[in-house]
Amino acid sequence: MPRPRRLWPLCAVFFLAGCGGRFPQSTLAPHSDFGRAIDRLFTDIFWWAALVFAVVETLLLVAIVRFRHRPGRAAPRPTHGHTLLEIAWTIAPAVILVFVAVPTVRTIFVTAGTAPPDALKVEVVGHQWWWEYRYPELGIVTADEMHVPLGRPVQVAITSADVIHSFWAPMLGGKRDAIPGHVNRIAFRADSAGEYWGQCAEFCGASHANMRLRVFVDSGPAFETWVRDQRAAPAPPAPGSAAEQGRTVFARSACIGCHTVQGVSAGVIGPNLTHVGSRRTIAGGMFPNDSAHLAQWIADAPALKPGSIMTRMKPPLTDADIAALVAYLQSLQ
Amino acid sequence: MTHAAVHAQPAAPPAPRGWTSWLTTTDHKRIGLLYFWTAFAFFLVGGVEALLIRLQLAQPNGHVVSAETYNQLFTMHGTTMVFLALMPLSASFFNYIVPLQIGARDVAFPRLNAFSYWVFLLGGLFLNASWLVGPLFHAGRWNVAPDAGWFGYANLTERQFSPGPNIDFWVLGLQILGISSLAAGFNFIVTILNLRAPGLKMMRLPTFSWMTLVTQFLIITAFPVITVGLVFLMFDRFFGTHFYLPQAGGTPILWQHLFWLFGHPEVYILILPAMGIVSEVLPTFARKPLFGYVVVVYSGILIGFMGWGVWSHHMFSVGLGPVADSVFGATTMLIAVPTGVKIFNWIATLWGGDIRPTAALHFAVGFIAMFIIGGLSGVSHASPPADLQQTDTYYVVAHIHYVLFGGTIQGLFAGIYYWWPKMTGRLLDERLGKWHFWLQFVGLNLAFFPMHFIGLLGMPRRIYTYAPELGVSTLNLVSTVGAFLIAAALLVFLVNVARTRRSGARAPNDPWGGATLEWSIPSPPPVYNFSVIPTVESRMPRWRTEHHAPMADPPAVPPAPIHVPAGSRWPLVAALGLPILALAPLTHTLWLAFAGAAVLLFGIYRWAFEPFEV
Repeated sequence: MPRPRRLWPLCAVFFLAGCGGRFPQSTLAPHSDFGRAIDRLFTDIFWWAALVFAVVETLLLVAIVRFRHRPGRAAPRPTHGHTLLEIAWTIAPAVILVFVAVPTVRTIFVTAGTAPPDALKVEVVGHQWWWEYRYPELGIVTADEMHVPLGRPVQVAITSADVIHSFWAPMLGGKRDAIPGHVNRIAFRADSAGEYWGQCAEFCGASHANMRLRVFVDSGPAFETWVRDQRAAPAPPAPGSAAEQGRTVFARSACIGCHTVQGVSAGVIGPNLTHVGSRRTIAGGMFPNDSAHLAQWIADAPALKPGSIMTRMKPPLTDADIAALVAYLQSLQ
Repeated sequence: MTHAAVHAQPAAPPAPRGWTSWLTTTDHKRIGLLYFWTAFAFFLVGGVEALLIRLQLAQPNGHVVSAETYNQLFTMHGTTMVFLALMPLSASFFNYIVPLQIGARDVAFPRLNAFSYWVFLLGGLFLNASWLVGPLFHAGRWNVAPDAGWFGYANLTERQFSPGPNIDFWVLGLQILGISSLAAGFNFIVTILNLRAPGLKMMRLPTFSWMTLVTQFLIITAFPVITVGLVFLMFDRFFGTHFYLPQAGGTPILWQHLFWLFGHPEVYILILPAMGIVSEVLPTFARKPLFGYVVVVYSGILIGFMGWGVWSHHMFSVGLGPVADSVFGATTMLIAVPTGVKIFNWIATLWGGDIRPTAALHFAVGFIAMFIIGGLSGVSHASPPADLQQTDTYYVVAHIHYVLFGGTIQGLFAGIYYWWPKMTGRLLDERLGKWHFWLQFVGLNLAFFPMHFIGLLGMPRRIYTYAPELGVSTLNLVSTVGAFLIAAALLVFLVNVARTRRSGARAPNDPWGGATLEWSIPSPPPVYNFSVIPTVESRMPRWRTEHHAPMADPPAVPPAPIHVPAGSRWPLVAALGLPILALAPLTHTLWLAFAGAAVLLFGIYRWAFEPFEV
């Protein structure tokens, strides 16, 4: 029989490739203390499993090859059992499981989600289908893209505004569910700067697949710059510019019912747009934040994201209105 | 009906004829066949759903189906495979084989058995009707199938977030199916405990019948739990209660506890019968008794008990706290011990045997080989921290498919090839059977092995689309190819079935040299099964043991007349009441509730007062 053992070389290829950075959501390339603790544990378990796999499948293979019917073979001895053997193969797996259970329990308590008191506090709120991030100590509210400083512990408090979601940025650690009426915590300290991908991991409705996220781990000064920019009020658009026209369209349209732009509107149903122009992506991390995608998104969000409650406006916005809005949103740096 | 009537009758009652006799049958063998073909049809439906899922995921940003349809497909794939394919396929063997293995003429409650089948059929049709009836609900599309996953996590399933009829079909359909499972569960417990042939002590019971018994205890204890969960959900959706609504003081986590408190024993409901089949097939073809029979039986019972103490391992990402996570992690790992013991005993059964490599044996060995993989990946997410990376990813999809396809389905196919001659009187073609095995074996590994990597590389489950940047496109394509290989393998099986039906070799009483009672009677058995109820003296009554000569087969012609009860139409009538009842809340039509209750009560009334000796 072709054992899946033939696939192990393939396995090795993917494990190595997983560390090469070509897989932005790989669980095998941790970049935080949380992620590394899990990775060490999983690696241990993997090798125990590989050992058991090799031994047991070999025994099975040997049995079916060696004891295959051949003409003239004597009738088998009708053995009914063997007490010592039974005891042995009860104890052997139990012993192996102790080697799995002890580091497991140790890791459970290490990764229980409590960060030191000096940790940066971030509140994550899951919405159908985007992520909201609040920094209570810094007075920042943003969406889809979370920024954290390199090397400093981060305490993340996770909850939901509607149904159950699960916050997951694999390279920074394990997932935790975002549950309405309940706060879950994870803690991690990122150990290299960069852009990390993630997405909602608990099925949450029509566009579950489109509820993606990015975590940016910024080196100290870069993080401070980001904080300063986010806390500043957005610069008002230049008089007579397309952006100013866009602000007028924004302020007179249904946009203000759901979205906050500091100084213009105070909606809380959709993402806070005060600094939307500074983000790399839109629509829950689905699309690059460029004019074309913004325009399509404003014109017909449900076509890009099934189930989106950002419906087409009635009466529909004109192309000129949309172009103005795009200019305005892009100006919100 | 196990006693012979005294007055003059033909010794062998005539076999019932005509298609209407199938509607009223109470013969466990015919009900077994009805279960088989119905479940197999649903298995193919669930398979087509799987192929559509794999087509959508064959490449990133796929557009084969819409997001809404995809969510319905994976929900119905899971729901169908668990409740409409695997459980009833096992039930077809409970029905057909268990009475034969214990030397009985039927199950304890033949009409209740018919009722179980009809409720299962109607519940399955009710659920699947949701694919076609969108226009009746002004949904703007044909398909309004359930779309919140087979696990249906609250509060997504609440009216606020799922306003359509989709979840109504699910919550009502599953309640109907639960009634079927519960009725069958009680029936088989009473059958196995009370209708065993003289001398067939519990520790002489064939392993398949033992595992059936354990499974039925799990069914009658686990299904009430999900029923409570479903009733809460139904009340929330229809009557404005708030069991799962956090804004009104409820909690969606309650659903998860209730669902998995049912859901984990359910996993053993799905796997234990297959383990029982494998424990029958291996000794027959290795020409050796099952190694460690007592240990295999007790470990099955132990798995059944321990299955109740592990449910929160489905909920490690919920944040139950480090103490709960540690305890549930440890109990879950402990289950690996009795499971491992079973595997070692199976290998020891083969060891030193004289193995006939029949198709059935191929599938049984394939079961062991694949179940090992599913078990080992299971250990990796029994560890809560590791599970925080694995849960809700394709790694877990790989795990469940190694357990339920590599395990249960291969085990069921071992049973199909093994008992087909008994059930139909004809032998399936062995060469085609081996083609089926190898195609399916390669297909399942191509389909499911890459999913381990897909998950570890960060692809969540239940997403209708993924970005090419994730780097899992090729692996997904390979998996899709594997899924179509499985489809090809099933086609080979269907060809085999068709050819066998037309021109397959006639099966003697015992084509394999089996040790248990079912092989002592004709294939297919006469309507009364045993012309004379056998007396059992050992665990393998048809094999020579140190102390016993093989039993003599019952005579071909009954020495005394055997009374066989006629069928009854009332189980079907009573069963029809249930989907009518379910239509009432679905369509918000009060009179349907009264109509459904009336049909149900009328059926039960006539059933209760039906003369026993007809």
